[in-house]
Amino acid sequence: MKLAIASGKGGTGKSMVAANLAFTLSTTDKVTLVDCDVEEPNLHLFFPAPAMMTEVTVPVPVVDETTCQHCGKCGEFCQYGALTVLSKRVLFFPELCHSCGGCMLVCPNDAIHEEPKRIGTLSISMPQPGLKLISGTLDTGSPHAVPVIRAAKKLAAQDPVVILDTAPGTSCPVVEALDGCDACILVTESTPFGLHDLQLAVDVVARLGIPAGIVINRSDGKDAETLRFCTDHDLEVMMTIPFSCEIAAIQSRGDLLCRERPEWQKDFCALYAKCRALAGVDE
Amino acid sequence: MSKNNGAIMKICFTAKGTTLDAQTEERFGRAPYFILVDSENGSFETIQNPFADGGGGVGPKAAQVLIANNVKALVSGQVGGNAQEVLAAAGIAMYTYRAAGSVRDAFDQFTKNTLERSV
Repeated sequence: MKLAIASGKGGTGKSMVAANLAFTLSTTDKVTLVDCDVEEPNLHLFFPAPAMMTEVTVPVPVVDETTCQHCGKCGEFCQYGALTVLSKRVLFFPELCHSCGGCMLVCPNDAIHEEPKRIGTLSISMPQPGLKLISGTLDTGSPHAVPVIRAAKKLAAQDPVVILDTAPGTSCPVVEALDGCDACILVTESTPFGLHDLQLAVDVVARLGIPAGIVINRSDGKDAETLRFCTDHDLEVMMTIPFSCEIAAIQSRGDLLCRERPEWQKDFCALYAKCRALAGVDE
Repeated sequence: MSKNNGAIMKICFTAKGTTLDAQTEERFGRAPYFILVDSENGSFETIQNPFADGGGGVGPKAAQVLIANNVKALVSGQVGGNAQEVLAAAGIAMYTYRAAGSVRDAFDQFTKNTLERSV
């Protein structure tokens, strides 16, 4: 079971839902929690533990200027403007390169080879029995989040229960995290922004063919518009978490609702059961 | 491609239209047109920028168009870092013009040497 937690709008409580769900399930099952919000991962704050680190690299071209005839074929081929061929030298802009390897293939003089370039790190920890946490972190200044997300997911590929906390929004990093998931929880909040961005996120998961259900977080009870949208689009509201000072205080301390208030564990267990039903996984 | 031998100086102006009366365009990589003016006799040719609506990395790509056309100087409002690096490496001088006037006006100012050289 691969379950993604996404949102559209940022700050709705993806990580809160992911952390509490993983914590609750890990009391009875083996769970892997993957922080796919590699531009600002935060799940490690809820689960401090010593971690093993590995580097994430991508291949980038290196031009051998002694073999290069400056014919310009690589520069013409590159759709991202990463290579500019001048009469006596080649300029390479690594931040524009998408590591497609095409320049190496089109070079008639075999003057290009690839070398790994570090773009981020993965950290793996076992913060408590039953729980493995994998966090991807993109290096500052590195523009490509997708390869770091892909590497983080690969580490969890064989694990039986995987919960993936995605980045907010609907762009490439979110699509990469969602790709291949069996079901998705979309977390929203009782605001016009929450609903607007939920609509975008619903569109994305529909196009990816991933069944989705809704969690309304910080509900002030005025959810009529969100509920109407969910009814119209055949989306189940699987859980509603109230707007509560106590929950906010627990969260702000870096604590977990389900650890501080264990009575919430049954709600998160019920949420997971609904996700399994969404995904069509037999109990 | 250019046939000239480098004796004549070609100046590139970024423009919103195709003639000398067109308004100048502030952006370099996403300028709709490049108007290449011959500094000796004022004749010009217009190139449609194929990267004006490109996804990314348009700066270096547009700079390559200038290199291929043997341009010696660029007059534009705003040239990005990557494009600047390419143009500087190719020895193309860069001048800033932000008055939003016509290409003709920018060319006048260039010939009077009143434009600020950025690189």
